[in-house]
Amino acid sequence: MNMLSQHWNKIAYSCAAAFAGLSSAAAYAVNDLPGGPSVRQLNLHAPATKLAEEQIYLHWFMMIICLVIFVAVFGVMFYSIWKHRKSLGHKPATFHESVKVEIAWTLVPFIIVIFMAIPATKTVIAQKDTSNADLTIKATGYQWRWGYDYLKGEGEGISYISSLDNEHRILSNSGAKGATPDDYLLKVDNPLVVPVGKKIRIITTSSDVIHAFAVPSFGIKQDAIPGFVRDTHFRAERTGDFYGQCQELCGKEHAYMPIHVKVLSEADFAAWVQKKKSQAPAAEDKKTAAAGTEQVAQAAAPVQK
Amino acid sequence: MSAVLPPHGNVADLHDHDDHHHPHGWRRWVYATNHKDIGTLYLLFAFTMLMFGGVLALGIRAELFQPGLQIVNPELFNQLTTMHGLIMVFGAIMPAFVGFANWMIPLQIGASDMAFARMNNFSFWLMIPAAAMLASSFFMPGGAPAAGWTLYAPLTMQMGPSMDAGIFALHILGASSIMGSINIIVTILNMRAPGMTLMKMPMFVWTWLITAFLLIAVMPVLAGAITMTLTDRHFGTTFFNPAGGGDPIMFQHIFWFFGHPEVYIMILPAFGIVSQIIPAFARKQLFGYSSMVYATASIAILSFIVWAHHMYTTGMPVTGQLFFMYATMLISVPTGVKVFNWVATMWRGSMTFETPMLFAVGFIFVFTMGGFTGLILSMAPIDLQLQDGYYVVAHFHYVLVAGSLFAMFAGFYYWIPKWSGVMYNESRGKLHFWWTLISFNVTFFPMHFLGLAGMPRRYADYPMQFADFNALASVGAFFFGFAQVYFFLFIVLPCMRGVGEKAPQRPWEGAEGLEWEVPSPAPHHTFENPPKLNAEATKVIG
Repeated sequence: MNMLSQHWNKIAYSCAAAFAGLSSAAAYAVNDLPGGPSVRQLNLHAPATKLAEEQIYLHWFMMIICLVIFVAVFGVMFYSIWKHRKSLGHKPATFHESVKVEIAWTLVPFIIVIFMAIPATKTVIAQKDTSNADLTIKATGYQWRWGYDYLKGEGEGISYISSLDNEHRILSNSGAKGATPDDYLLKVDNPLVVPVGKKIRIITTSSDVIHAFAVPSFGIKQDAIPGFVRDTHFRAERTGDFYGQCQELCGKEHAYMPIHVKVLSEADFAAWVQKKKSQAPAAEDKKTAAAGTEQVAQAAAPVQK
Repeated sequence: MSAVLPPHGNVADLHDHDDHHHPHGWRRWVYATNHKDIGTLYLLFAFTMLMFGGVLALGIRAELFQPGLQIVNPELFNQLTTMHGLIMVFGAIMPAFVGFANWMIPLQIGASDMAFARMNNFSFWLMIPAAAMLASSFFMPGGAPAAGWTLYAPLTMQMGPSMDAGIFALHILGASSIMGSINIIVTILNMRAPGMTLMKMPMFVWTWLITAFLLIAVMPVLAGAITMTLTDRHFGTTFFNPAGGGDPIMFQHIFWFFGHPEVYIMILPAFGIVSQIIPAFARKQLFGYSSMVYATASIAILSFIVWAHHMYTTGMPVTGQLFFMYATMLISVPTGVKVFNWVATMWRGSMTFETPMLFAVGFIFVFTMGGFTGLILSMAPIDLQLQDGYYVVAHFHYVLVAGSLFAMFAGFYYWIPKWSGVMYNESRGKLHFWWTLISFNVTFFPMHFLGLAGMPRRYADYPMQFADFNALASVGAFFFGFAQVYFFLFIVLPCMRGVGEKAPQRPWEGAEGLEWEVPSPAPHHTFENPPKLNAEATKVIG
């Protein structure tokens, strides 16, 4: 699959070069963002979890089956368009019914569909298994930022708000002119920090409207619903920075509440936890609480009117 | 052009015998009870809304041409996406198909008119205040609704007064659709000419019969969902408000219980139109007529049990995900049967490629691509990557624009000689087809890549890496928009004015059906006495 996708990328890049004249990214000299989107990316993100790998495998599996059917059906159709024309003097046949053929092309697709469903079922079941997590973190959606609370496991009790770097918001308003950073609209003040190789359970909820917590490299996307908790999980297989964005329309700043997950080695994570806990906890709490109330007030205001 | 514009001069003389009681001037349209006049009104209304929704779409694409905010602010951007969706679905596509139904169903089944002529008038004129309310919502305090066309709670709670106007407009449009559907069902079941048995009806009539039942089943469900939203907003109920024990996800279940059959409401009549055109230009009978009918019915029934595939990321239990995944994948079977039957109809035919056929073949080709992306989206694990992203946007534009809209263009070119009495200009039609097909793909194909790369939908601004494909899509969108202006100015208008080669009664060599048994343009009143039909119910024999 990997070779295939490399090959595909090569072909696709040469196609992409064809409209390079139009290319505004080239003008901005933007580079790929590891863990985030690449310039003119054509396929899913490079996976950082087993589940994301399985999604990519499933996607290729489906693409190949669909392409084969596509070529077969439209091969027949275009052959017919080419040969069975009135201008070539082709006389119309008179057949218009065949129960056998109808049964065949009902049953064969039915079997193909079952064949497709089997691997998908396995992945669905694996995706839904959030038991035995090493670390449980609550991600709360606010209009328009994320709150992270470490509920269980190493770092228990850590709690902070993560928002888009304000510089980027200003840059967006001014039309994103000039030198734009590679992590434009994806840079946050406080990323979510997790250890590598551990099963992380993310509990989502929201304080106002529905948001969605998503990190493409991990293959996760889970709505954050006010008044309800839902969960998802991932186990990152390599360290690094991974990016996602809110995926459910949540109001005017919907495009401005990114998710940045920093995956650290176990030792680095332990050090981060130490540092976070030693920072005057009282001050930290106050800040969070203040941010929280402000958010609640903001969210409640329009509802009351 | 007797049925479209007020007849003048010699045209009027031709139809003197049926002209005496119908009113002229504005009264003809406001008091219209003739199915042909009402059909024309519906089609013109739908085209107006298509242009309006299209301008909103171009606003979206103009903003997304480059990263950063240039033209609209994020509030207005969300209003544009919301109103584009609402107007295209409820103002353009649904009324356009009702227009086709009004014009063609009585002609195709040998009926003198629709069953309830005054209700027909009422269901059209109801749409005007609703559309005016939707359009004027941009000027209400706080702007137009900005919660997405799906109107998810609790975001709708934060909207201004335009949300209430929008809800009211949807109620009215829903009532109009239900009246239209009742009219269509009664007409088809009660007013067929003797000998036109159900299994001899043209495919367009069949697909509309099934669609009308779908409409009656689901429009009240939408009405329920938006009424609950309304009472949550103003009367202190908490159906969807968790603070009072409500459930926001409940809204999504109810909405999509309407929403998924709605998708088929917008595509089944398109299947019907294409099933009429392919046999006509292949000069060969439709392959597997009865299996086409059964496939349409199966799609309609299955459409009621797949709604939650729009909600894989809400976090439903594993059994729920599996059920909705299997049911959704199953829909590809009857849909596949339809495509196979169309190809088998073309196989060993004697084809020519006038504009209706080009749009019909273009429909099959591009709609099938939308079908395949639908199959890929039906897989819950892959959908976790693609949900609420541009892949979904690409998918539903492939089935709604390249599907429904292309089929409507095909139907327009196929039947306009009958409607107007003149032939459209063939080379202009061909130009319209290729211009539309190419610009459509330039607009929407790159969106698949954006979606796979993780670009979320309804974003006013996006990371730099997405810039190129967005620029390309925006350029394509403007070309696509201009193609439709060209269509109106250079193809529709001349036909309405009656400019062009005079159309014979049966302009298409291979076309079969009762609509080709009456003169072109169709006289104001047709089949006033039930016609006597041949054994296949395709010809009038006295």
